[in-house]
Amino acid sequence: MYGNDFAPPEDAPGGGLLGEVEAAEAALREAAARARRGAPAPDEDVEAYFTDVIDADQKIEPRDWMPEAYRKTLIRQIAQHAHSEIIGMQPEGNWISRAPSLKRKAILLAKVQDEAGHGLYLYAAAETLGISRDELVDLLLDGRQKYSSIFNYPTLTWADVGAIGWLVDGAAIVNQVPLCRCSYGPYARAMIRVCKEESFHQRQGYEILHTLAHGTEAQKAMAQDAVDRWWYPSLAMFGPPDGDSTHSAQSMAWKIKRFSNDELRQRFVDMCVGQAEVLGLRIPDPDLRWNEERQAYDYTQPDYAELMRVIKGNGPCNRERMTHRQRAHADGAWVREAAAAYAAKRAERKAVAA
Amino acid sequence: MTTVFDFTLGLGDDALIAAQRLGEWTTRAPEMEEDIALANIALDQLGAARLLLTYAGELEGAGRDEDALAYLRDDREFRNCLLVELPNGDFAVTVAKLFFLAAWQLPLYTALAGCADERLAAIGAKARKESAYHLDHASLWMRRLGDGTDESHRRAQDAVDQVWPYVHELFVAAPAAPVDPATLRADVDATVAAVLDEATLTRPETGWTPGGGRDGLHTEHLSYLLAEMQVLHRAHPGATW
Repeated sequence: MYGNDFAPPEDAPGGGLLGEVEAAEAALREAAARARRGAPAPDEDVEAYFTDVIDADQKIEPRDWMPEAYRKTLIRQIAQHAHSEIIGMQPEGNWISRAPSLKRKAILLAKVQDEAGHGLYLYAAAETLGISRDELVDLLLDGRQKYSSIFNYPTLTWADVGAIGWLVDGAAIVNQVPLCRCSYGPYARAMIRVCKEESFHQRQGYEILHTLAHGTEAQKAMAQDAVDRWWYPSLAMFGPPDGDSTHSAQSMAWKIKRFSNDELRQRFVDMCVGQAEVLGLRIPDPDLRWNEERQAYDYTQPDYAELMRVIKGNGPCNRERMTHRQRAHADGAWVREAAAAYAAKRAERKAVAA
Repeated sequence: MTTVFDFTLGLGDDALIAAQRLGEWTTRAPEMEEDIALANIALDQLGAARLLLTYAGELEGAGRDEDALAYLRDDREFRNCLLVELPNGDFAVTVAKLFFLAAWQLPLYTALAGCADERLAAIGAKARKESAYHLDHASLWMRRLGDGTDESHRRAQDAVDQVWPYVHELFVAAPAAPVDPATLRADVDATVAAVLDEATLTRPETGWTPGGGRDGLHTEHLSYLLAEMQVLHRAHPGATW
């Protein structure tokens, strides 16, 4: 937890969660080292084998048999995650050209670049389930697969870059840390890598807000305004309340998901309160207070009707985000065709020469 | 006469403006891998810019740091070559700009690495490795576009024709500078000829040779670029970020 001074890096936000990522990584290594029960015997029921592996907290690998619904659920979830990384580059990318110092510009460029990298390894993880990246990109571009709704909100000021780092990346980490223990091996391994980089991003966002909150009056106001606008959309990132969540129960049984939406949301709120105090910024919730009995903060729920509106396509930036991605894809078509034609010519020349 | 300060500032401005233009590609590149590659090159250019501007500020001795130089000068005070401030255009124009810039920066930084000024030598030693990658990357794309499809060939040749006139400014003689750019011409010409040849592209005849960037006389594009880059910093005088 935070002290009152500007904490050293190991105590910065994400520190405790980073420990969980490392523990998940160690568990992954242990599970791999533990004599994995051998492949199913020729007469063994593959379904029973699948269940055994899940029960033993071991990993399902691409070569293993898996129920079709498990495969589909994972493809949907991993693809949505990959799409979110790619679309998520836009709101922050919006400030690269105007970053207020060269140092901040470099950090932001590197961060947005990391997100593209996360997108790539998540697409690669999804490809192990028997679908191609091109197919997944098409599903995104024609709107058949979704990305995280949070990226449909605009970044209006520089402080929004800080708020996205602190709150949005913070919520993403809380959501993703349990996925480091997901039953599907390639996804778990991708998440470990992603979480480590995300915690770095969260720290950078926090630092931006810290600097603003300790700067001029105008900078402080900018920081508070950003937190005011990003707080509830960040809470909504955990999805609908448990009672309304459609995919949860089965995903829990398959150990794709480990905690409910509401449990993760609570964990996020509890984590943010102390950090906001150190920042000197106010969380825009008059009903936020410590509940001694529950040993957790009571807080106001986000507007789930708004979440549904944004998911359905009517957030402030849905159209812009999609149009931007579609245009980049369309504008790049001749370049991708050129690269393919060049590679084909080279292969042909090599074959002739041989 | 070009002083070490003028020279360092010019190189720093080249790298800064190149980084700003390359950064505009983020989220817009033709492939996800290329988004990452262009951001990488932008980061390298920005890194070199910061070292060069910091050093320029020290040489000047007027208390200006990298941000004061980047954010608080007007376009007439910038000393970058015109090549880097040209708009990105389509991907072929961006590749052509990057190719010519890297073909020049590589021998420049290599020569700088052996110059008598220790700070510049250290910056050159670091930056030349990055330039080698930039040149590789841009050369690969020149070949792919030039020897790809009919459309990509046409676009690549258009881009080379469009950008070529701005290359000559890179070699304006500065005999007193730590590295005289005029001495790099043969080296750059050889690189350009080899790659264009493989790319089945034609090097344009030299006719019009615009210049003036090193004296602060720019194209109309630079002022817009700076307006965007500097807007937030200038709106909060004296603030730290």
